[in-house]
Amino acid sequence: MTDMTRPGLSPSRIAIYGLLILACLVYLVPLFIMLVTSLKTPMDIRTGNLVALPTEWTTIGWTKAWSEACTGVQCDGISGYFWNSFKMTVPAVMISTLLGAFNGYVLAKWKFRGSDLLFGLLLFGCFVPFQVVLLPMAATLGQLGLANTTPGLVLVHVIYGVAFTTLFFRNYYVAIPDALIKAARLDGAGFFTIFFRILLPMSTPIFMVSLIWQFTQIWNDFLFGVVFASGDSQPITVALNNLVNTSTGVKEYNVDMAAAMIAALPTLVVYIVAGKYFIRGLTAGSVKG
Amino acid sequence: MEQTQRRPAGVVSAPSRLLDGLQRWLPKLVIAPTFVLIGIGIYGYMLWTGILSFTSSSFLPTYDFVGFDQYAKLMANDRWLTASKNLAIFGGLFIFTCLFIGVVLAIFLDQRIRQEGAIRTIYLYPMALSMIVTGTVWKWILNPSLGIEKLMHDWGWTSFSFDWLVNSNLAIYTIVMAAVWQASGFVMALFLAGLRGVDSSIIRAARVDGASLPLIYWKIILPSLRPVFFSAVMVLAHIAIKSFDLVMAMTAGGPGYSTDLPAVFMYAHTFTRGQMGLGSASAMLMLGAILALIVPYLYSELREKRHD
Repeated sequence: MTDMTRPGLSPSRIAIYGLLILACLVYLVPLFIMLVTSLKTPMDIRTGNLVALPTEWTTIGWTKAWSEACTGVQCDGISGYFWNSFKMTVPAVMISTLLGAFNGYVLAKWKFRGSDLLFGLLLFGCFVPFQVVLLPMAATLGQLGLANTTPGLVLVHVIYGVAFTTLFFRNYYVAIPDALIKAARLDGAGFFTIFFRILLPMSTPIFMVSLIWQFTQIWNDFLFGVVFASGDSQPITVALNNLVNTSTGVKEYNVDMAAAMIAALPTLVVYIVAGKYFIRGLTAGSVKG
Repeated sequence: MEQTQRRPAGVVSAPSRLLDGLQRWLPKLVIAPTFVLIGIGIYGYMLWTGILSFTSSSFLPTYDFVGFDQYAKLMANDRWLTASKNLAIFGGLFIFTCLFIGVVLAIFLDQRIRQEGAIRTIYLYPMALSMIVTGTVWKWILNPSLGIEKLMHDWGWTSFSFDWLVNSNLAIYTIVMAAVWQASGFVMALFLAGLRGVDSSIIRAARVDGASLPLIYWKIILPSLRPVFFSAVMVLAHIAIKSFDLVMAMTAGGPGYSTDLPAVFMYAHTFTRGQMGLGSASAMLMLGAILALIVPYLYSELREKRHD
């Protein structure tokens, strides 16, 4: 902070590094355990211990989890539920992000009477405990014929995601000078022209934030999945929970861990590839409000 | 220039007036769908659940009003009391531990550390995982006969015993462990972002005055991060009140109902036990808890903004 050179290795520096590395291990060990357990044979799991490497490396846990494991009564693995999650997540992320971009643009640059109140209502929507909307939403989805379908889940995720995406875009666009918009309006540019020609080209960072945030939220959701979906339309999180907590037969921990890895991979990949945007996304909403 | 020539001031044709009118309405038209979705999906449904909480609804919604009966039943319900007590234990420990770990890691990581980016990535990755995945892994690690216990036995500590996961008095603490593992890196990121925003000239001045680095952090830097504390507590409290997935994956509320949280109680009574009225009442109390936290927060946020 005070100068640009790194201090040399004093005892206190060694202590700091020691603690930071210890913390790294604590955060990494569960991932390591998940991975090595998924590559062991059931026999190996019973005789070895948590952190031991497999004596015999095998991917049988992965193939079983993908195509044979039993989730409840069905036994064709979690692959179908994995694709359910994709079919739900991709459209829900796209729609909620696009809506959020337009809403944020309106709330930041085209204020009207009541727009601040509207923003307040949206902001509050980010904090509502979803338990308070579950029952009426279940009834509505039933009425619309969308109960237990992927489009139904897409609708739910769009409704409860749009408050967040609007918040992201609104806070981003508020920081862009109004003079820019005014000048464009004097030149005769309309509502959409200004958005597509001026704001959109400078929106890549906030689009990344919104896409990553929504992707992790929707992919990882369990509550809506377990309440609004059943059987064939369930997302991967619900299938994983059913698989792990099924009480029939011998527990195959390698299959459980492989299934957990499969459920975690898409968000982990997104996080590793776009990590710096992810951090920004996580901190943007809560630090700057 | 071209524009002004095409449309001289004062001479506005009928179609362009129509266009102007449309332009004025466009922003409202664009935001209208969201307004409708949120109006029904959040505020309408909140009201609907509120109404249900005053009825005797069981498996299907009915509208015979019974006043505060469901709330009275809730308050006398042993399982609800356990869930509320658990939320107090879980929420309190979870928030406090995450804040402590987050602050310590952020301060240490702020000391011009090599490979800071990589370390930060490692601390934060659990936040990208689903609570169901986190629950699955921790359930395995804490498995009384094959997990940590066996590891310790293999390493020679044969008297070691660790069965919290199946002990109804201690199981709630295993949920805290997993939740802290998942969220503490996020708190670290919040504080690190806050620390980066601290004006370094203040610190330089304090150093010149002979203050030690720990003292500077304790007396100057941390107090200036009050808004970050506030945001972090908000986010963590919100996660705690909503916590559902982690419990379902790790203990499903068990042993018995010793690890129930209000969110689990609400789900069980509304969707599996056919006590919709009681479930709705519990949801309304959860909303009340969030409101008690959020309203003062939003109020102070909005007031600060107006002062700017």
